[in-house]
Amino acid sequence: MTTKKTILTYTGLGLFGILGPFLFPAYTLSIAYLWMMVLMASTWDILGGQMGYNSLGNITFFGIGMYVSAVVQISVFYPGGVAEYTSAMGSIKPEFSNNQYFTGLYLGILAAGIIAMLFSLVFGSFMFGLRGPYFAIGSLGLAIAAAEITTTIDYVGGASGISMPLFPGDIEFRSVFFYVLCFLITLTAHFLLRWLFSTQFGLAINAIRDDEDKAEAMGIPTRIYKQIGWGITAFFMGAMGAVAGNMAGFIDKEVAYPIPTFGIFMVAMVLLGGKGTLWGPVLGAIIFHVIKETTWTYLLGWQWVALGLILIVNIVYFQQGLMGWLQSRYPEMFGIVVDKTNLQTKEQSKA
Amino acid sequence: MLDNIQLLFVWAPIINVQIILEGIFLGAVFALSAYGLALVWGVMNIKNLAQGDFVIMGGYLSLAFSQYNLSIFLILPLVMIIMFFYGLIVYRLMIRRVIDQDMFTSLLATFGLSLLMQQVMNLIWGPEVQIIDLDFPVYDAFDGFVTIPSIKIISLILAGMLSLGIVLFMKKSRTGQAIRATAQDPRAARVLGIDTDKIYEFTFSLNSAICGAAGVFVSVIWVLQPFYGITYSVRSFAIVTAAGLGNLPAVITAGFGIGLFEKYVGAIIGTAYEVAAPVSMLLIVLVFRQISMKKNRQAVK
Amino acid sequence: MINKLILGIGTSLVLSLMGLTTTASAKVEGDTITLGSSISLTGKYATNGLHTQRGYDYAVDVINNSGGVKVGGKTYKLAVKYYDDESTPARGAQLAERLIQQDGIEFMLGPYSSGMTKAIAPVSEKFGVPMVEAEGASRSLFTQGYKYLFAVLSTSEQYLSTAIELAAQSSSDPSSVRVAMAFESDPFSMDVRAGVVDAINKYGMKTVIDDQLPADLSDMSTTLTKVKALKPDILIVSGHSKGAATAARQINEMKINLPMIAMTHCEAAKVQEKFPKAANGFLCPTQWVETLSKSDAMFGTAAEWNAGFKKAHPSYSSVPYQSAQASAAVYVFKEAFEAANNFDQDDVRDAISGVEMETFYGDIKFSDAGNNIAKPMFMRQIDSSGSYNLVESSKDMTFPRNVSY
Repeated sequence: MTTKKTILTYTGLGLFGILGPFLFPAYTLSIAYLWMMVLMASTWDILGGQMGYNSLGNITFFGIGMYVSAVVQISVFYPGGVAEYTSAMGSIKPEFSNNQYFTGLYLGILAAGIIAMLFSLVFGSFMFGLRGPYFAIGSLGLAIAAAEITTTIDYVGGASGISMPLFPGDIEFRSVFFYVLCFLITLTAHFLLRWLFSTQFGLAINAIRDDEDKAEAMGIPTRIYKQIGWGITAFFMGAMGAVAGNMAGFIDKEVAYPIPTFGIFMVAMVLLGGKGTLWGPVLGAIIFHVIKETTWTYLLGWQWVALGLILIVNIVYFQQGLMGWLQSRYPEMFGIVVDKTNLQTKEQSKA
Repeated sequence: MLDNIQLLFVWAPIINVQIILEGIFLGAVFALSAYGLALVWGVMNIKNLAQGDFVIMGGYLSLAFSQYNLSIFLILPLVMIIMFFYGLIVYRLMIRRVIDQDMFTSLLATFGLSLLMQQVMNLIWGPEVQIIDLDFPVYDAFDGFVTIPSIKIISLILAGMLSLGIVLFMKKSRTGQAIRATAQDPRAARVLGIDTDKIYEFTFSLNSAICGAAGVFVSVIWVLQPFYGITYSVRSFAIVTAAGLGNLPAVITAGFGIGLFEKYVGAIIGTAYEVAAPVSMLLIVLVFRQISMKKNRQAVK
Repeated sequence: MINKLILGIGTSLVLSLMGLTTTASAKVEGDTITLGSSISLTGKYATNGLHTQRGYDYAVDVINNSGGVKVGGKTYKLAVKYYDDESTPARGAQLAERLIQQDGIEFMLGPYSSGMTKAIAPVSEKFGVPMVEAEGASRSLFTQGYKYLFAVLSTSEQYLSTAIELAAQSSSDPSSVRVAMAFESDPFSMDVRAGVVDAINKYGMKTVIDDQLPADLSDMSTTLTKVKALKPDILIVSGHSKGAATAARQINEMKINLPMIAMTHCEAAKVQEKFPKAANGFLCPTQWVETLSKSDAMFGTAAEWNAGFKKAHPSYSSVPYQSAQASAAVYVFKEAFEAANNFDQDDVRDAISGVEMETFYGDIKFSDAGNNIAKPMFMRQIDSSGSYNLVESSKDMTFPRNVSY
């Protein structure tokens, strides 16, 4: 990877990230959602792409984070406690001072990440013995069960949901504030992953993907690596859930556990961009989000047909994702030197 | 919860009969769609997430036919035939291309299919909740404590006959044997002159027809909406995962088991947990299988 | 190279998006006032989302055909820009922002259901966009101090508490009445439940069954089995169209014979057509009845609105009140525009809050909190011929239900 190009990309994306909300103020929250989707795709790829564990349940951590942060934000400064707040079904409107609100929010985001990570340890303890489809289906089951059980817990409002504390500042500031949070979390995650994939951790999880039994035989403590991988995913998903909950203003089961939308989108985005690469999920998320935002709403009722078709065509015809397709089509662009003899053997092995 | 247990076992134990019957009806429909799933999964390694949408589609076709006042005995074969050809088309257009791919490809491709089908059904039949009432008599038992709509009995018998037919077909017929051979070892089957592509095609279409039949039962027993497919998919997956592939008796037992489990969880802990029950069951089964596999240092693959 | 490519594709796509849509600006252009609404056209609320959309569209047509809206001596036509919120609150909030920020919508009509309204109201509030909604009845919407949210309908705790009142009236000893209830797990039904629980406590009745039905569940046989065993005096069900359809089907099959059964969304689920036998005697709360003796200059009497709407949509045998209140919401906007006589959002907001009018839907007058306090809820009972009869006190009610399965 030549550093010059990398720097160029980062400068470009960084400039877009910083200037975006100033250049296009009307789109601030749209771009915030873009970073959110980039984060979802990137963290999904830790397990899905790099480790070969295809999870359909990462959205569980998103929901857990959202609820944890709501509970923290309310309970820290509201004297009556969460139970009183939720049982009043939104009729209580606590007055928080600016300081209280922001302290509560930051504590909430942090707690959301940490508790989501703890949950990932619990889930991991009984999920990581599953491979392939069983892991995928098991994790989907986890998400559905989590969503259903949340609606029965009266402490967090049950099926009535929770109205989040109101943001103290004005509307422009609010958009920019949440935008910055989304951007920072995504940026942190990206650089953390970039560094992690270049360390022994990256090699180890790739080894798990390629052949877990052999990796284990070679003395790699696979379980620990799997836990760490899922823990990182959970932390960022939880923190992002906390931010998303505050952006939405009202949370219930549907907002917190959007299984058929974001839960599947994140996988689709990674597959679109190409899994197992650092940039694939980013590219996939950007393309997916932009296409969705520009066309979705004009299709009124047909959007799911379009999404279904995109998924099918993508998976049936571009199985390597766009990055993979580009890479095999124009290998020179990726700095890969094409050796003719190598190519021939490749084709032979294909046949 | 204590009240519910007392009610069930002390005050009015007779209502257990009703709950068990409801569980069995539910289980019969699940068992059918789960068996179809086990078939495609076992034979061609396709995890069909659109399974529930095939069921719902069968239900809507049955709705369409019921408007012509056809009897259920005519609707069932008609729906099955149409669904068989629908499965054939789906196979030729997409499933054929994802067969050799890794498992996640088939999951996602069929998820795409599921979205597509839901929405097309929504556009054709509208989002309204639909009901077919064939106006069959309802029988009472135990002083009116237990009621059994005859349509449910008919559905149960038809489902039983259908699965018996499939079992016999798999055991006795040439095609059935070829399907089983392909499931065991596709390469060997090919060497021995079985056209596996044709077998895959037939298997997928058969699954589609079975789902269609399940859909007919759903439509005459419960209600239809274009977006309900996912619940049937999840339950099918729970059953197949619990029972293992290619084991019809186990799939049917698991189907009834999950039906009963769901009803009893609903009756004892509360109906709020009725949807969580089958997925929790799935997780519990997976955990137990892991523990037993771990003794041999293996994972659930 | 590849990074450059990503950058190129990414930014150019984003830029093209910006270029594509920034052209849309203020939404009172030429002679058209465009209202915005995110409505559920797919997902679990789609049935009622459609009823709502038809109500909006019908009112827009009628108003436009009879001369439109007159503001500042000029005549304007109404139009509605819809987005499909997919029955998911997060999507609804996102689309509301999109309507306001990107499409320049300045006035909004509400979505369907309380949950969706809860998600969207904070957005419209923050942007100072007046929103008249017709389908979010949850009480908690009006305790948040929203200034720009107005609802033409009665709040949801009134839906089924009348049923408890009626049960109390028809019993010699109200405290001996035993109640069974089953509510779908969504914000609307939980609010209905809160109202019912208050009424139960008021009379000291006993709750024997209190079940919550998951939104994805299309089977309530477990609850009904318990009902059979416990024989409560009244059964109360709330769960949008699916809940009503499922309940009616299974009450029919299980031959549930209780003196009183009350449920929401009977008309929307068309239970009287599908299960005439079982539906006989159901008590159904409604926001509006077509026999109401109220009228206005635009739509005429309630019966005239009903006839006109049926003509536009012949598939309805009984028009759901969801459509009627949607029409009323559009009408409120027309009146407010004309009263304000300009399109300043705050002036229109003040005009809405000052609205005091009689419509085919009933009287409309908003409290400071934004809910309509001039209109009562109605309770109707389905009779053996499948028609709905108004129940004003227990004397009008067939009690006990008279069914022979």
